[in-house]
Amino acid sequence: MDLDLDDSTREFQREVREFLAANVPAQPLPSMDTEAGFEAHRAWERTLAEARLSVVSWPREFGGRDASLLEWVLFEQEYYAASAPGRVSQNGIFLLAPTLFEHGTPEQLERIMPRMARGDDIWAQAWSEPEAGSDLAGIRSTARRTDGGWVLSGQKTWSSRAAFADWAFGLFRSDPAAERHRGLTYLMFPLDAEGVTVRPIPQLDGEPGFAEIFLDDVFVPDTDVIGAPNEGWRVAMSTSSNERGLSLRSPGRFSATAQRLIDLWTAGADTGTAARDAVVDAWIGSEAYRLHTFGTVTRLNEGGKLGAESSITKVFWSELDISMHETALDLLGAEAEEASRWTDGYLFSLSGPIYAGTNEIQRNIIAERLLGLPRGSSR
Amino acid sequence: MKFALSPEHLDFGASIRKLFESGSTAAAVRAWSAGDPAPGRTLIEQLAAAGALGLTVTEEFGGLGAEPLDQIVAFVEVGRAAAPGPLVESAAAVPALLQALAASDPEPAQRWLPGISEGTLSATVGFAGRGGRAVAVDADRVDLVLVTDGERLSTGRVGEPVRSVDPARRLFVVEADELIAEGPQVVEASAAGFDSGALANAAQLLGAGTALLDASTDYVKQRKQFGRPIGEFQAIKQKLADVFIGLDLAEPMLYRAALTTATPNRARDTSAAAVACADAAYRAARAALQVHGAIGYTAEYDLSLWLTRVTALRSAWGTPDLHRGRVADALRAGPAADPSGALT
Ligand SMILES: Cc1cc2nc3c(=O)[nH]c(=O)nc-3n(C[C@H](O)[C@H](O)[C@H](O)COP(=O)(O)OP(=O)(O)OC[C@H]3O[C@@H](n4cnc5c(N)ncnc54)[C@H](O)[C@@H]3O)c2cc1C
Repeated sequence: MDLDLDDSTREFQREVREFLAANVPAQPLPSMDTEAGFEAHRAWERTLAEARLSVVSWPREFGGRDASLLEWVLFEQEYYAASAPGRVSQNGIFLLAPTLFEHGTPEQLERIMPRMARGDDIWAQAWSEPEAGSDLAGIRSTARRTDGGWVLSGQKTWSSRAAFADWAFGLFRSDPAAERHRGLTYLMFPLDAEGVTVRPIPQLDGEPGFAEIFLDDVFVPDTDVIGAPNEGWRVAMSTSSNERGLSLRSPGRFSATAQRLIDLWTAGADTGTAARDAVVDAWIGSEAYRLHTFGTVTRLNEGGKLGAESSITKVFWSELDISMHETALDLLGAEAEEASRWTDGYLFSLSGPIYAGTNEIQRNIIAERLLGLPRGSSR
Repeated sequence: MKFALSPEHLDFGASIRKLFESGSTAAAVRAWSAGDPAPGRTLIEQLAAAGALGLTVTEEFGGLGAEPLDQIVAFVEVGRAAAPGPLVESAAAVPALLQALAASDPEPAQRWLPGISEGTLSATVGFAGRGGRAVAVDADRVDLVLVTDGERLSTGRVGEPVRSVDPARRLFVVEADELIAEGPQVVEASAAGFDSGALANAAQLLGAGTALLDASTDYVKQRKQFGRPIGEFQAIKQKLADVFIGLDLAEPMLYRAALTTATPNRARDTSAAAVACADAAYRAARAALQVHGAIGYTAEYDLSLWLTRVTALRSAWGTPDLHRGRVADALRAGPAADPSGALT
């Protein structure tokens, strides 16, 4: 057992660090949930892509550099430590891309991936519906067979960044007669297609961070089906643990927040043991998650799979994020009310236990799949 | 980078677990509390025969010269079994202390460590804290009692008994008897002994927490109320899921601390592991008692052995406050030089 890096990994880490030091904008970009901020973040994606750092773990032919999982974790660590801009492309890169690499056709990969890598197309996840949140298999939006493709109708909601994004991917009921989890098809559609209406929804911070999407007889060609028709549930689930586990919430993000919290604490007056303990616990939590991730990387490198285990870290990082921000607000004292990076972060952290599968659902998964408790009548 | 226990570690852990499962460890713990050390001693002899007591003693002093991680693997099993006796003291703290002292004076290490490694000599140690009082576990049943106030290391004389919340932990006030060494080298050696004990203790806590979760999981699958196994109820599921999360995230803290004992981060990482493992074990104990209901609250039921053990171990090697304070000091001092690139 060791945590040592070999020379080539160290070299990669050094290159990333140097690139970020030279290129991260000195002033934070405006919020990506505004039109101007969205475009500024898109431009940053292009800057990353030019250095082949936008999708390091992808194959070279699609704009990546075949980085190992460990290198990817270290990339993320450097990225957040450098306070680099948030990834406006994250839903595409971390949620859709793994699915396409596993289930996409060569034509789809060639058409979609290089554009995604450069930020030319920014993707929104259109899974949730008004009547289908935790119970995702309850979706009602439909895909109807037609010549050469499908006709989509219905309504999606809570779709992050769909207000400004270019494309979306989501599940549609294609066989109304089939059992709930069957008869679903996984499809992609352009957000500016005929029949699509996007209504931005302001989040707690007032910015239109998500949107609802109305689909009114939207035509989608067969080439935009992911995997086989009616097999959408299986396709979507095969990669959904990515969202909870490793990829969307890499530990680098929480390590960076813990470090900023330590800086805030050490810069301030002596605040007593309650604050001290909260800062220490934040650091311990961020380290625990980071080291746990190295364990996961080792396991995956040795042929293991990421399954229900990602539910463990989902609950852990989302609660850690909130408690770190609460601690920061405590340390800020009377200034805590004033809008700042900490209050922005705090408001966002509050959504962590809700998205990517609520924490209640994750705990049920842990209890049933990892502890083997009986399923019972709740689900 | 390979951050997972090797097959050898897993085999070693499994062999020790088997050793505890084959004997009736719970009965030995009860006998130990009630004044009969014989069954407990048999267990300790078996542990010594398995090589678990001389792991971190160097070959020079008759031990195996293994890594701290090997010791951690062993102590997770000791904790899982809630085994009795001064094992952390004999196998972790005293060897670390005497070996650190050996840089200036090898004589005490030569005198005592070979016996400890073989299992023919048992030892305990008391660290005099604030107020000067030192308390040592099982001081009346060991061959060697050490006392340190940080600057002076002495053999100890056994004084008044002190009742522990865990009846299997027989505590005694110990007073300095014959001086062994004094000066800065004792400061360093005592710190090394303390950290080694605190880390082995953290491993025990993690093991005890895991045993408590296992016992809880088994129980809620078979205990029926309202015509259903209580494990079907979401209030129970969510509670045990949180226990699982806590233990799973504490484990890597323990391993990292075992990997950095020879670096400037030793105190920080040991204390971080101590906090993480104590919190996780405590949560496991609270949840275990709750899901067992009243039967968990009885001394007759074996669960009580782990419940009182966790309560005692939570502060036996430094209170959570002490450990958080040590981490805080390190964080205030800024990032330390890290030996491995993954850590910077
Ligand atoms: C910031 C943010 C970004 C998001 N981005 C996207 C996106 O890009 N694309 C997208 O498709 N969706 C997105 N979502 C939606 C998200 O996936 C859903 O909010 C989530 O799945 C929960 O669904 P719901 O909101 O309908 O809550 P509900 O499912 O109605 O749940 C309400 C409450 O009931 C609890 N509950 C429900 N069922 C059970 C059960 N069986 N046991 C115990 N408790 C239960 C839940 O845990 C929750 O506390 C986003 C949400 C947020 C907050």
